[in-house]
Amino acid sequence: MLMGFSRAQAAALLVMLVIIAVAPMVAYPVFLMKVLCFALFACAFNLLIGYVGLLSFGHAAYFGMGAYASAYVAKAWGLSAELSILAGGLTGAALGLIFGLIAIRRQGIYFSMITLALAQMAYFFCTQVAFTGGEDGIQQVPRAAVFGLISMQNDMAIYWLVAVVFLAGFFLVHRIVHSPFGQVLKAIRENEPRAISLGYRVDDYKLIAFVLSTAIAGVAGGTKSLVFGIATLSDVTWQASGEVVLTTLLGGLGTIFGPVVGAVIVNTLEFYLSPFGSWVTVTQGVIFVACVMLFRRGVVGEIGAKLKVAL
Amino acid sequence: MLSILGYNVGPMLAQGVLGLINGAFYALLSLGLAVIFGLLNIINFAHGALYMIGAFVAWVLLNYLGIGYWPSLILVPILVGCFGMLIERVLISKLYKLDHLYGLLLTFGLALIMEGLMRNYFGSSGMPFAVPESLRGATRLGFMIMPTYRVWVVAASFVVCIGTWLVIEKTSIGATLRAATENPALVQAFGVNVPRLVTMTYGGGVALAAFAGVMAAPMYSVNPSMGSNVIIVVFAVVVIGGMGSILGSILTGFGLGLVEGFTKYLYPQGSGVVIFVLMVIVLLLRPAGLFGKAA
Amino acid sequence: MEISRRTLLGTAAAVSTLPVGRARAQAKPVLKIGVLNDASGPYRDTGGETSLICAKQAVEEFASQANGYTIEVIYGDHQNKPDVGAGLARQWYDRDGVDMILDVPTSSVALAVATVAKEKDKTFVDSGGATADLTGKQCAPSIVHWTYDTYMLAKSTGAATVKAGGKDWFFITADYAFGQQLQRDTTSFITAAGGRVMGAAPYPFPGTTDFSSFLLQAQSSGAKVLGLCNAGGDTVNCIKQAKEFGLTLDIAAMLMFITDVNALGLQVAQGLRLTESFYWDLNDCTRAFTNRVKPKTPNNWPNMSHAGCYAGTLHFLKAVNQIGIAKAKASGTAIVDAMKAMPTDDDCFGHGSIRVDGRTLFPSYLFEVKKPSESKGKWDYYKTVQTTPADQAWRPLAEGGCYFVKS
Repeated sequence: MLMGFSRAQAAALLVMLVIIAVAPMVAYPVFLMKVLCFALFACAFNLLIGYVGLLSFGHAAYFGMGAYASAYVAKAWGLSAELSILAGGLTGAALGLIFGLIAIRRQGIYFSMITLALAQMAYFFCTQVAFTGGEDGIQQVPRAAVFGLISMQNDMAIYWLVAVVFLAGFFLVHRIVHSPFGQVLKAIRENEPRAISLGYRVDDYKLIAFVLSTAIAGVAGGTKSLVFGIATLSDVTWQASGEVVLTTLLGGLGTIFGPVVGAVIVNTLEFYLSPFGSWVTVTQGVIFVACVMLFRRGVVGEIGAKLKVAL
Repeated sequence: MLSILGYNVGPMLAQGVLGLINGAFYALLSLGLAVIFGLLNIINFAHGALYMIGAFVAWVLLNYLGIGYWPSLILVPILVGCFGMLIERVLISKLYKLDHLYGLLLTFGLALIMEGLMRNYFGSSGMPFAVPESLRGATRLGFMIMPTYRVWVVAASFVVCIGTWLVIEKTSIGATLRAATENPALVQAFGVNVPRLVTMTYGGGVALAAFAGVMAAPMYSVNPSMGSNVIIVVFAVVVIGGMGSILGSILTGFGLGLVEGFTKYLYPQGSGVVIFVLMVIVLLLRPAGLFGKAA
Repeated sequence: MEISRRTLLGTAAAVSTLPVGRARAQAKPVLKIGVLNDASGPYRDTGGETSLICAKQAVEEFASQANGYTIEVIYGDHQNKPDVGAGLARQWYDRDGVDMILDVPTSSVALAVATVAKEKDKTFVDSGGATADLTGKQCAPSIVHWTYDTYMLAKSTGAATVKAGGKDWFFITADYAFGQQLQRDTTSFITAAGGRVMGAAPYPFPGTTDFSSFLLQAQSSGAKVLGLCNAGGDTVNCIKQAKEFGLTLDIAAMLMFITDVNALGLQVAQGLRLTESFYWDLNDCTRAFTNRVKPKTPNNWPNMSHAGCYAGTLHFLKAVNQIGIAKAKASGTAIVDAMKAMPTDDDCFGHGSIRVDGRTLFPSYLFEVKKPSESKGKWDYYKTVQTTPADQAWRPLAEGGCYFVKS
């Protein structure tokens, strides 16, 4: 066991690190950064659904609000890149704390519905306040320098920043899952009444997990807004919440690498299908159906099952 | 003119009436969803898409086969209902033993497929669909003009809602159905073909969505995105009413139309979000919705 | 659909074999045009594939004159999301060797693409976008805004309607930046012409399907004209329901295309007023153009936005020819400067010009939708009410606030 990784996971991790290092020489860096941002977002979402069993159907709210916060402080206050991203994370966490306090009081489908309703309220907020710029969003967000020193103008420079942010988030999720705290979360997922009777304050655990997840989602959104120089309403819509569910499900719920693989597949498909208009929607639908009917464990989950290892 | 709290009563009354009309429509749409959830425990995310398909089938029947509105009102629910049964047999029936989540994801995927295909084939600007000859025109009510077609929508929706509720709550078929969802093994042992009953129920719920689609065609444009525009609201209706409570959905549908109507008058920007505010409040005060049974 | 995935990948491969300074003798340089619009959402018919077809039509007609290069057209879907549009634009310019991005409806996406075009010094010819900011606050030396903008629509529809006696207005407005801008612009023309605005109902966008409540507010406001500051399906629904509720107001659709009129049907749409800068049946040239394109898009005849894609592409190609492919590949501003220096001349918009801020100048037309009895055939929908000449139709140069225009 290396840092809580099994041998198979360590091998997979090595592969992932090599790919992250080599990929920008082969593929277009901006595309890769998009994949990494969505992968981080999916990892955050997976922390809730995969390890606590909570399906949040409004996760786009934290991602999108994080994006707005980062874009705003980078553009209006001229903050440096790392502080802007931090602002995104804090916004995600703060919103997650408020929404989480309300949502975790309900279980199952009602939890999903309440998170959806709260996210719709966040969306409404974004359409009404001035600083978000309506549907134009916050545009022309500068790619601020890291620590005010290291310029991010070059695509490769910001790529390494995004890679570092992604890996930090990825390891954090992994750490959380494999900590004693994570063990309690899994116990709650498996049998909530038993966890309660064992004396755990289940609601506190759920709330902390929820806030951690929304904070990471906020970081992912903030990073994305710096990469593309834009933060918009489309990241706050319920459709965006649906897409992160798709990504995670496709990759494999409750697997460490699943969300990452899911993000790669979803974004690549979107990229290649772009000239075909509505076929993107149709293909996404077919993937959903195929996932549910044929490989419910997701791509990584199925591979893991074949190889008899947990990935 | 009479006024209360500084607002004229005439316009308020008119907004109330309009709200009730919309409410009738919400009730009709959420009815099928409530039936499917209440009896089968499936969160049918494809409901909006099936409603849209209903409207398009009516359009196709009219434009390619010359079949008008009235026959469509019967024919379309049957056709789309059969399509629904096919979906249930081939796909959904494989998921009953799993978490709710999978049913939701499957039907979400189906909705995406249906919407994408329709958009590829019919384009996005929508299709004109004329109001049937016998329902054209409008009546002057003094404070507003009431289109005949809308009166018909309210009446038809009311009859269908009450009818569905009576069938499920007061007839022996309904009783069997409810028993089958409580304890399928036992009902099966009494010689009832439970899987077939379930398929029929899903088909029935889908037929209700298609019926709403035909009703909507002359009011709104027949458009591939008409389903995804309403699905979230309809979900909210079912959740607020109490998932699985048919009467709850009907009453909430009407009530919500009313609330939305007044919001449109007093604070138009907020008319989209008011339903979600209500949903959060209701779920916090009554976890199982207004009329739901506590789990 | 003309472009298959294979040709797309093929073109990507073709471009990557063309690094500068190592040009192979047998391979001609490729000039690449990227059509970017809503291919899957609500504005698919007003832009969509017909824009691509029109761009390709221009390429086809011009191809034999291309001086030492071949021309390729690729297509992408921005899903009406600014981040998706900006991302695709970045990639096209950076990696896929696209020299000009075309169309881009939906103002928010157009502004996002404009930012990228400015940053990369690449040409951007917008046809489908509405916002006048493209040639104003957010202008850039490598941008041309072809077909229409919010100012031109507001002036043509707003001022002319007031002049014709429709003085008292009520607005139903999509509550987002584009709708609000359209309402603001129109309001200023209405008041300038001596009219009044009696009220407005901003409704949540997207997601509103029933407009009866707002229509009733319009009716009881005492206004004579209902201004619709929205687009696409919402406009169609508003008009349909206005008819249903026996609304007595005249309706002015602030942004509406012939494709929307087709969706409504004349029975409902008759009497509507709207502004376009192109109509297929305006004159012999527009008819000739439409006849050439029609077989390729039989169910969706070109509207002004589609026509702008054709005309913009044609003019762009002429400019490239003039400055030479090497210079064109190097700088979008150089191409656009050449485009501005030449008068425009095409079948769709006739003779016109491009102003220093990137604004094309040609007349705008206020149309009234025909009664079913007046229509002689398929797509015979409009009669011209008023023509605003090129020098009056557009926002004066000094009012735009474009940074590189010297006052």
